[in-house]
Amino acid sequence: MAKTLFQKVWEAHTVRKLPNGQTQLFIGTHLIHEVTSPQAFGMLRDLGLKVKYPQRTFATVDHIVPTNELKEPYSDPIAQEMIEALRKNTKDYGIRFFDTTTGTQGIVHMVGPEQGITQPGTTIACGDSHTATHGAFGAIAFGIGTTQVRDVLATQTLALSPLKVRRIEVNGKLAPGVYAKDVILHIIRVLGVNGGIGFAYEYAGTTFDGFSLEERMTVCNMSIEGGARCGYVNPDQKTFDYIKGKPFAPKAADWDAAVARWASFASDAGCQYDDIRIFKAEDIRPTVTWGITPGQAIFIDEKMPALETLNAADRQTAEDAYAHMKLAPNTPIKGTKVDVCFLGSCTNGRISDLREVAKYLKGRKVSPSVKAIVVPGSQLTAIQAVHEGLDKIYIEAGFEWRGAGCSMCLAMNPDKLVGDQLCASSSNRNFKGRQGSQTGRTVLMSPLMVAAAAITGQVTDAREVFKV
Amino acid sequence: MSLAKITQVKALALAVPGDDIDTDRIIPARFLRCVTFDGLGEHAFRDERTGPDGKERAHPMNSAQAARIAAAKQGVMVVGFNFGCGSSREHAPQSLWRYGFTAFVGGSFAEIFFGNSTTLGVPCLTLSKEDLAECDAFVRANPDVEVTVDVEKLTVSAGAKSWKAAIAASARDGLINGKWDPIADLLEGADSVAKTAGGLAYVAGK
Repeated sequence: MAKTLFQKVWEAHTVRKLPNGQTQLFIGTHLIHEVTSPQAFGMLRDLGLKVKYPQRTFATVDHIVPTNELKEPYSDPIAQEMIEALRKNTKDYGIRFFDTTTGTQGIVHMVGPEQGITQPGTTIACGDSHTATHGAFGAIAFGIGTTQVRDVLATQTLALSPLKVRRIEVNGKLAPGVYAKDVILHIIRVLGVNGGIGFAYEYAGTTFDGFSLEERMTVCNMSIEGGARCGYVNPDQKTFDYIKGKPFAPKAADWDAAVARWASFASDAGCQYDDIRIFKAEDIRPTVTWGITPGQAIFIDEKMPALETLNAADRQTAEDAYAHMKLAPNTPIKGTKVDVCFLGSCTNGRISDLREVAKYLKGRKVSPSVKAIVVPGSQLTAIQAVHEGLDKIYIEAGFEWRGAGCSMCLAMNPDKLVGDQLCASSSNRNFKGRQGSQTGRTVLMSPLMVAAAAITGQVTDAREVFKV
Repeated sequence: MSLAKITQVKALALAVPGDDIDTDRIIPARFLRCVTFDGLGEHAFRDERTGPDGKERAHPMNSAQAARIAAAKQGVMVVGFNFGCGSSREHAPQSLWRYGFTAFVGGSFAEIFFGNSTTLGVPCLTLSKEDLAECDAFVRANPDVEVTVDVEKLTVSAGAKSWKAAIAASARDGLINGKWDPIADLLEGADSVAKTAGGLAYVAGK
């Protein structure tokens, strides 16, 4: 019988059926960080349990790391306590820790792929909702809560129910100045922020075939913003090429067998999907959010929705959004004044993002009214960018060049909005207060759109600013 | 590990309306700077409850009803659709539970929030859109009437009203049989786990 990748991975990792009808699923790769793991280690100690497969858990530190303060102790004693707790826990239980001193630390969803830990046909869990990022490699990867982090540490398994699979096909070629970020913002806008509840999203079609692994990661990363706990792309030659030579990639003797195995997990021709949605790449234009959910998005040249065009429930959320964002219905978003520009995060903090923006940034200057920061998602990305001289391009343009971490995506570190500042952000969430100020405002967009906002001091169309 | 069988939660209720209430709103990220869940209860919905000027805002969590629930350490929160979307932070249900909420009734729940809640022994039941609107209105009009969330019979009732409710069968099974925390079952399967692991080349380092 023809099967989807989801079904094949699920079957390969099924341990047994639990008495309540759920599946006990083996989690081949467990990623942890400092925010959602300390309580799990506490529970483990309280129950007198050990870590069952310490070699299958990998740790890094990302959320609380200051990006402009590399020396410890950090000025925030709680941040220091959290990093030290992770050092102790990983040492006590024999878990590999990509610490700040190793040159390999970074956002957890960047470290896995960079190290070759993220592989096709595997199950990956992490106490972080953006774990679906790893689905770009054809893995079934999803976010879990802290009690489930305990479950994986103690048993390397989780109690789960299978998901339905929705194939989201995007076909054709994106126009210049339109990026993977616009694709996922558009998908969420159309299918809704809760449209994916109960589904795994399989992203496919010629647009995805043409995407690099990093572009695929940007899309998979935001699956949860559409309500889907996991999203994936079937593995292909690009996937295998990306993994080859990475520290944890299978070595010479095992490589060919690994590739054959990985390829076998791809969804079969003729397999059944629970739902199929088809998009045309040509229909997608640079997309920005105007509200307080990632689904409240429009093309840059559209007007924000008039309230009377919305149904009752959407209207209530929209009214709340307009009040928070201090924006007016039925007006263009283009031209809205921007205070802060943030280029980074597990959505768009990778080397290809930094390269693409740098290409257009040469010789341009950040508007004096804007504070612009660029935060490579990982130390390896930062090292590579410096090697290519990208840091100089950003600094000359007036961006602050920072150290690796989650930074202003969620403001658990010193990078925060102040008051009702409006941030043009390449991150993934525009929730109220997300960027560290209760009244702060977030407009999500692609990295090049962030750069265009930085230069003009406004939400604007990067295609016009950079003559793309 | 022996757990209580949660067949029913009968308690005062608080309506917290709105769709797509995300976990950043339930517990802002700055309160995640911690290594235990202790003390999270007082910060539930912090930025919705308190303005930037430090003054209380109009929010259901600032009501006398919320205070009664906090004092009783027992309460039902009636919410909208896609409640708990966004981050996987277990801190969100932990904060509401530590505040005093022991059951949720809504239109739909984000999946990770749902799992995090039921694993704490906090049922999340869904009602149809029409029934939810009626339940919400009833709860506001009758703050002194206890709401019964019946996990076994799959109903939510209050006064003379009763609405048909739903919850994933596995979650219901776990709650009513005192097995809402799966750790005991997961530990029991150790031999089968070893067998599955043995069949996975990447786990063996290949």
